Amino acid sequence: MKRYFDYYISMMRVSVMEQWQYPVANYFYMIGMLAEPVIYMVVWSAVANQEGGSVGGYTPGSLAAYYIVWTLVRQMNIAFTPYGWEWRIRQGRLSTSLLRPMHPLHEDVAFFAGWKVVMIILWIPLAILLSLIFKPDLHPTLLEGAVFFIAIWMAYLIRTITLSLLGMVTFWTTRVSALFELYFAAELILSGRLVPLSLMPEAVQTAAWFFPFRWAFGYPIEVLVGSMSVSDLLLGLGMQFAWVFFGSVIVSQIWKIAIGRFSAVGG
Amino acid sequence: MQGLKLAANYLRIGILNEFQYRANLYIQILQTFIALGTGLIGLNLVFNQVTELGGWTKPELLAVMGVFTITGGFIRSAIQPNMERLMEEIREGTLDYALTKPADAQLLVSVREFRLWQLVDVITGLVVLAVALTQLNWLVSIWSVLGYLSALVMGAIMVYSFWLIITSTAFWFVRVNEIANLFEGLYAAGRWPVDIYPNWLRYGLTFLVPVAFAVTIPASALTGRLSLQTWLGALALTLVLFTIARMIWLTGVKNYSGASA
Repeated sequence: MKRYFDYYISMMRVSVMEQWQYPVANYFYMIGMLAEPVIYMVVWSAVANQEGGSVGGYTPGSLAAYYIVWTLVRQMNIAFTPYGWEWRIRQGRLSTSLLRPMHPLHEDVAFFAGWKVVMIILWIPLAILLSLIFKPDLHPTLLEGAVFFIAIWMAYLIRTITLSLLGMVTFWTTRVSALFELYFAAELILSGRLVPLSLMPEAVQTAAWFFPFRWAFGYPIEVLVGSMSVSDLLLGLGMQFAWVFFGSVIVSQIWKIAIGRFSAVGG
Repeated sequence: MQGLKLAANYLRIGILNEFQYRANLYIQILQTFIALGTGLIGLNLVFNQVTELGGWTKPELLAVMGVFTITGGFIRSAIQPNMERLMEEIREGTLDYALTKPADAQLLVSVREFRLWQLVDVITGLVVLAVALTQLNWLVSIWSVLGYLSALVMGAIMVYSFWLIITSTAFWFVRVNEIANLFEGLYAAGRWPVDIYPNWLRYGLTFLVPVAFAVTIPASALTGRLSLQTWLGALALTLVLFTIARMIWLTGVKNYSGASA
C-alpha cells in the first residue's frame, strides 16, 4: 500500500513540475475549452429571459452557476484519451510500461491527477473572471461542498475507466475513430454537458441513469448548484462508487485478455 | 496568373493524395453527421422552449447552421491544414524549402495542403441551407444571393488572414500548437448568430476572431437582414485584415532564421 502511495505522490509531483512549465500552452487550451460552456450559457440565458426568467427550473443566475462549475468538472474529466491509447498500442509504446512492476494504468491515473492540480490553480482566476461577468447564483452548503469534492475525483476515476475501456478496443483493431466519435456524441447528450439534464426530454433523463456519463459530469455539478436532498446526494455517491468498483473489475479482466494479444511493433 | 496555376496544381496533387485514403471518406461522413446531429439536437432543445431567439426563427437559425457547416468545412479543408503545416515548419526550421522557391512565399504556404474529404461538410451544409430556405419559402432576392456569396468570400478571406496572423506569431513564440484548439472553440460560437451574445463577446467575435463575418453575416444576407453599410464595413475590414496579415507575415519571414533544415 505504501509503495502505491509513494508512487502516486512522486508521479503527481513530476506531472505538476512538467505542466507548470507551459502555463501559456495550458491557458490556450483552457480558453478554447471555455468557449463551449460560455456559448451554452449565453444561449440558455437568452431562452430563460425570453421565457420570463426561468427555463426548466434554471434562472440565468443558476445557469451561470451550472456552467461555471461545469468548467471545473470538465477539467476534472480530462483523462488519457482513447486516441492516446491507439497511439500507444500502434507505436508499441506500451512495452516500456509493461516492464515495470506496477500496473501501467496507475501511471495514467497519477499523471493526470497531478496535472489537475496545475489546471485547478490556473482555473481559479478564470472562474473569478467568469463569475464577475455572469454573476452566478451559487449557495452551496457545507455538506454539498464536501460531497462535491469527493464527487469530482470519483468523476475523474469513472471517466478514466470508461476512456481506458474504449482505448483498449485498439488491442483488437486500430480502426476505432468512428467508435470514439460515437462515444463522445453520446457523452455530450447524456452527461449534462450540452444542457442540464432537467432541460432534456423525460426519456433522455431516464436513459442517463443507466450510463456512466451523467455520474462523471452532470451529477457533481448538480450537487453544488441544485438543491438535492441528502438521500439524493448519497444515492449519487453510491452510483459513482458502484461505477468505479465494477468498472475497475471490468478493466482489469479485459486488460488480462488484451495483454495476451499485445505484440509490440517497436517501442 | 502564374500564382493561380500554381495553386491549381497543388490542389490537384492534394486531391490525388486524398484519393489514396478512401476509407477516410466514411469516417468523415460519420463525423459530419454526428456534428450535425448534435447541432440539431441543441437547436431543437432551444425551440422546444421558445419560438424565436433574439429575433431569429427556427428556419433562420437552421440557415445559420448551414452556413456554419459550409464555412467550417472550407476552413478545415483549405485553410487550417496549410496553417498547421506552416506552424510545424517554422518550429522545425524546414520552412527554408518554401522560402527558397521563386514563387511568392505567402502564396506557396497557403496552397500546399488540401483535405478533400472535409468537403463533406460543405455539401452537408449546403443541404441544410437548402432545407432551411425551403422552410422560409425561398423568399430570397437576387441581391440577397449576391450579398450572401460575396459575404462568404469576404468571410473566408478574413478567417484566412486571422489564421495567418496567428500562425505568423510562431516566428516569435515558436510553440503555438494550441491555437488550433483555441480557434475551434471560438469558431463554435458561430453556430448561433452573434447578436444573441453580450456586447463584449459580440465585438470579440466580430473584430478579434472574425466569426461574425464568416457565418452570421452571410446568413444575414440570405435572411434579408444585411444592410449596405454592414456590407461595405465588411469589405473595408477584409482589406484591412488582409493587409495586416501580409505585413505581419513579411516581418515574420524577415525574423525567421532556419534552425536546421
